[in-house]
Amino acid sequence: MEPTEAELIAAVLRGDTASFEPLVQKYSPRVFATTRRYARRESEVEDIAQEVWLKAFSKLSSFRGEAPFEHWLMRMTVRTCYDFLRGHQRNRESSFSELSEPENDWLERFVAAPENADDHADAAKLLIGRVLEKLSPPARLVITLLEIEDRSVKEIAELTGWSVPLVKVRAFRARGEMRKIVAKMAKEKYL
Amino acid sequence: MNLEELHKKLIAAARTGVLDERVPHAFEKRITALLASRVAPDNLALWVRGLWRAAVSCAAISMLLGAWALFNPASATTAADDLSQSFESTLLASVDSSDQAP
Repeated sequence: MEPTEAELIAAVLRGDTASFEPLVQKYSPRVFATTRRYARRESEVEDIAQEVWLKAFSKLSSFRGEAPFEHWLMRMTVRTCYDFLRGHQRNRESSFSELSEPENDWLERFVAAPENADDHADAAKLLIGRVLEKLSPPARLVITLLEIEDRSVKEIAELTGWSVPLVKVRAFRARGEMRKIVAKMAKEKYL
Repeated sequence: MNLEELHKKLIAAARTGVLDERVPHAFEKRITALLASRVAPDNLALWVRGLWRAAVSCAAISMLLGAWALFNPASATTAADDLSQSFESTLLASVDSSDQAP
């Protein structure tokens, strides 16, 4: 019989580092999926995921087992991604003048007839990626969690460690920030 | 251009993205190896840290005593003289008492 999560955690806390491996194996797909929402380069994604697991190991004694391990780990993942965003704001100042041909085509289609611009198009995904990169770290985090992942304000508060009113304020500001960026993109392209 | 509609379309596009859950090959092995290599030198690091603290404390005490001896040479000499006198008296006490005895 395979050991349970609680048994594995207890073994790690007793000093058996090898017992950490099944936990890493089980939850890494979720950690990587979350991390890929905030970092584009694969090397950065790996670095963040590695940092998440090193933090999880060093802070494992603070895991009380009241909530599932996965929730505790995802909180750590989101907070590590936020720290990453705060430390890597290099793309925020770039312009929209270097859009690729498919991105330009998608925008042209949208301007001609918004209903013809397909939501599933890769070009639209690239465009939203560019817009998100220009957001401030708190705005990007809130837009990703609230609008893209469709999480509640309470869930976001738990994941980020922010208070509920702070999440609401940041969500309001983030939407404004995003509208400005979308308007800037349209202006650069069509004026 | 309808910016509100564009905003909605872009968010909708982001929502349609499939989560990429790929994990690099043997990632868990790499993490475990990294943790094992970090845990092993930790005991050594604890010893080194403790010894360094002890060395710093000893150096500080030595410097304080050195400074005290340097800036109070007279009292240091007196204290040393007093000590030698006491030591001599103690050592020769039995001889003195036997000399005094009739």
